[in-house]
Amino acid sequence: MLCVVILSLFAFPALAVEPSEMLPDPALESRARDIGRALRCVVCQNQSIDDSAAEVARDMRRAVRERLAAGDRDEQVFAYMVARYGDYVLLKPPFKAGTWVLWLGGPLVLIVAGGALLFAARRRRRMPIVPPQPLSEEEQRRLDALLKN
Amino acid sequence: MSRRLLFLLPLATLALMAGFFAWSLLAGRDPASIGSVLVGRPAPRLEVKALREGEPPLTDALLKTGKPALVNFFASWCTPCLAEHPLFARLAERDGAVIVGIAWKNKPEEARAWLKRLGDPYKFAGADLEGRAGLDWGLSGVPETYLIDGQGIVRRHFRGPITERDVNDTILPFLKGGR
Repeated sequence: MLCVVILSLFAFPALAVEPSEMLPDPALESRARDIGRALRCVVCQNQSIDDSAAEVARDMRRAVRERLAAGDRDEQVFAYMVARYGDYVLLKPPFKAGTWVLWLGGPLVLIVAGGALLFAARRRRRMPIVPPQPLSEEEQRRLDALLKN
Repeated sequence: MSRRLLFLLPLATLALMAGFFAWSLLAGRDPASIGSVLVGRPAPRLEVKALREGEPPLTDALLKTGKPALVNFFASWCTPCLAEHPLFARLAERDGAVIVGIAWKNKPEEARAWLKRLGDPYKFAGADLEGRAGLDWGLSGVPETYLIDGQGIVRRHFRGPITERDVNDTILPFLKGGR
């Protein structure tokens, strides 16, 4: 049991990157992996090209490695892909006019809701505690009758 | 009074969401669609070997003739390509469209046999066995078709097979009206 748990710690998701695709230079290959993990396969829903076995994903991995081997910086490789497939290929969408709701929406809701909660809590604390009114004669009579049964 | 307004907040939220969903449904918003960044920009580099034996390789010059052209990526192993094939045959024969066909990840002999069997609508045919041209063209698979104007600017990009409707509503008016 313990053995399985320990082994599972070393498990990592299977990559679609095949040994024959890899670059001989480990530094370049590691950059290619980082880029590959951030690029979205264009025929799979939300899989990176490193995780996808699709034909197009393999072509994209090859192109990433060719660009890197030709001396491109990482940003140039991303730009190369965006020029062909648009922002769709970026698993992390850029911050721009069309996406600010996406980026800021969550924190904004958190701030507004937190503020509203704080405001409500403060107001509740400031509210005077009204002692309960004593029962009227009529109410006392009904209560006694109910308790008697 | 302000308290009562507060009760409207959930209702307003609901209205906002309903509005967004209605817009998504009615305007045909599709978050899974890749779209195309190429539309409105010069066509990518065209640099592929010829598919038919004895023909020169395909170059960019084919797309800057002053006449609009269609660029169609296809493969003999692709069923939707089979479905759209008669439309290209008709566009070539009846409407005299210039169609550039590129066999993507397809053995040239298989692509040639496929065209022999079904008819060859391509004025120029290229073979992109490794998918390099496909990547340059932002291809996600086959079939995909690009409508290029006479100056070599991409005007439309169809991902997936073209339909009768695409031909009648988009391609034919463009070929006739566009330069």
